[in-house]
Amino acid sequence: MFSGFMVNAWIVATMVAVVAGVVGFFTVMRGSAFVAHAVPQAGFAGAAGAALIGVSTFAGLGTFALVSALAIGLLGKRGRHDAMTALWLVFMLGLGALFLSWSQEYASAVFALLFGEVLGVSTNQVLVTGVLGVVCIAAVVVLYRPLLLSSVIPEVAEAQGIRSQWMEMCFLVVVAMATTTSVPVVGALLMFSLMIGAPGAARSFTRKPLAAMGLSIVIAMAIVWIAIAASYATDWPIGFFVGTLGAVFFVAGRGWAAWRRSKTGRAEEAGQPATRPAPVLTVT
Amino acid sequence: MTGVIAILNGIFEPGFFASEPVRVAVVVGGGVSLVSAVVGVFTVIRGQSFAGHSLGDLGTTGGSAAFLLGVNPLWGFITSAIIGAGAIELFGSRRPRERDMATGIVLGAGLGLAALFLYLGTIQHSTTGATVTILFGSMFVIRSTMVPVFVVLSLFALAVVVLLYRPLLLSTVSQDIAFAQGVPVRAVGMLYLLALAIAVSLSCVTIGAILSTAVLIGPAAAALRMTKRPGLAIAWAAVIGVVVTWVSILLAYDSYYWPPAGKGWPVSFFVVTLVLVVYLLADLGNRWAGRRAGAHMAASSVDRTGSVAGGEPIGRAASGAQ
Repeated sequence: MFSGFMVNAWIVATMVAVVAGVVGFFTVMRGSAFVAHAVPQAGFAGAAGAALIGVSTFAGLGTFALVSALAIGLLGKRGRHDAMTALWLVFMLGLGALFLSWSQEYASAVFALLFGEVLGVSTNQVLVTGVLGVVCIAAVVVLYRPLLLSSVIPEVAEAQGIRSQWMEMCFLVVVAMATTTSVPVVGALLMFSLMIGAPGAARSFTRKPLAAMGLSIVIAMAIVWIAIAASYATDWPIGFFVGTLGAVFFVAGRGWAAWRRSKTGRAEEAGQPATRPAPVLTVT
Repeated sequence: MTGVIAILNGIFEPGFFASEPVRVAVVVGGGVSLVSAVVGVFTVIRGQSFAGHSLGDLGTTGGSAAFLLGVNPLWGFITSAIIGAGAIELFGSRRPRERDMATGIVLGAGLGLAALFLYLGTIQHSTTGATVTILFGSMFVIRSTMVPVFVVLSLFALAVVVLLYRPLLLSTVSQDIAFAQGVPVRAVGMLYLLALAIAVSLSCVTIGAILSTAVLIGPAAAALRMTKRPGLAIAWAAVIGVVVTWVSILLAYDSYYWPPAGKGWPVSFFVVTLVLVVYLLADLGNRWAGRRAGAHMAASSVDRTGSVAGGEPIGRAASGAQ
């Protein structure tokens, strides 16, 4: 499991987990789950196009993810942000379908792009992922305060002179970069599961932003490591484990929060105004 | 695809109307996009585009499970979309951010399962095209024996929207007012999600799981840019949906000899492109009209149904802080 050809997968997956944990934290804070879902899928079209003309899928994916992030940010400025996101997303997917129909690309390659592939991660990919990951983290560190402020209380941020439009754009670009790092191992469809599941769970355990971010990285790493090990052992696609574990951690977090709330509620002897209990979740 | 081979000869190629797969595609595709467009108007107003899209993606899970078990994919799509709708409703809260996150979690888990089912199915049936077919669909492979099933399901989805029109609109604009007027908000929401799940499943089978979002959101979003009245928007959405689908079928049929591959461009590509173009045009037209009519627009107040007659304010209210 740790032999030569797997080492790269472990390294890339770990970097992806760190990036997903950090970027995902803001995704959850901003409620941008749909965008986090749309950008990776749009990147898929780029990868299909790159395969068609024979350039690096990394480049194609990154370009399309970036263009999509900017397009969603610009076109969705007015009116219905979510409808515009949906339309751009399906347009990109349609383009991907077109490229696929031209390229005679093997279905297994498509499958790997969408759902991830542990084997055959090249050293080159490790390097690209590493550089992109560092840039992502650096961007988040630089933008940390304004981004957090505009995510949590946009009105106050505006009052302090932080343009929320700008922050949205910066955030979308960071999501696009994070997406590009993730795709070789985790897969375009499941990257977003990592970006939502881990921080969503982390937020149930702590309310402090930095602690939540740290926890989110830890959970993302746990998900990815377990997923790789399980995928290696069973030969099942890694995407299955990432998606399922993301949901399991999220449900566990919600359950823990609900349990703690009911405990403190009983301890305080019903003097408090009844806070609405979080819905008890079941795994489907 | 062999059924659609014909000689390129004008816009309507010879054989377009004679071809059995094309006839089925025109009837089923048109019907399905009509249902989706009508249901989609409420999806857009309620700010549930993500949920609508997720149900399509979740359909992939059912579709791949059906592929694994060897049953008709339609049943797989419908089962998983209904389960998904139930889960989203169960997890979700009224706050849009929380709802989106719950939707995302359900979607992530569903996609993970889809990956597993596709993998197992591919091993079991030793075919490799299934991933692409399930995800992107093909309108030309619908069997005519399925048409009655499509009709029944379409009528059910339409009936839900028609019967629930007023309570649905009211609970969309303001859950509190609807509740005060005795509308069972939760039940109405559930029934609506059921209709949405069925509409999405139908378009999953015809234009593919992922692209079903196009006919659900596109015509409705464009129509809501063109008019402020929900009733009129539904009519416009239906027209746009059907026309876009038919033009796409025609283009896909014509594209058989187009470069570069010489084997036809996917219908899905035409659908999503046309949908995006129509929406952007409607958006432009709306802005142009808005600039011209400026003051008049502000005066829009209340229509016959007693609800706020403004597409955008409704959507803004429903999608909250986005």
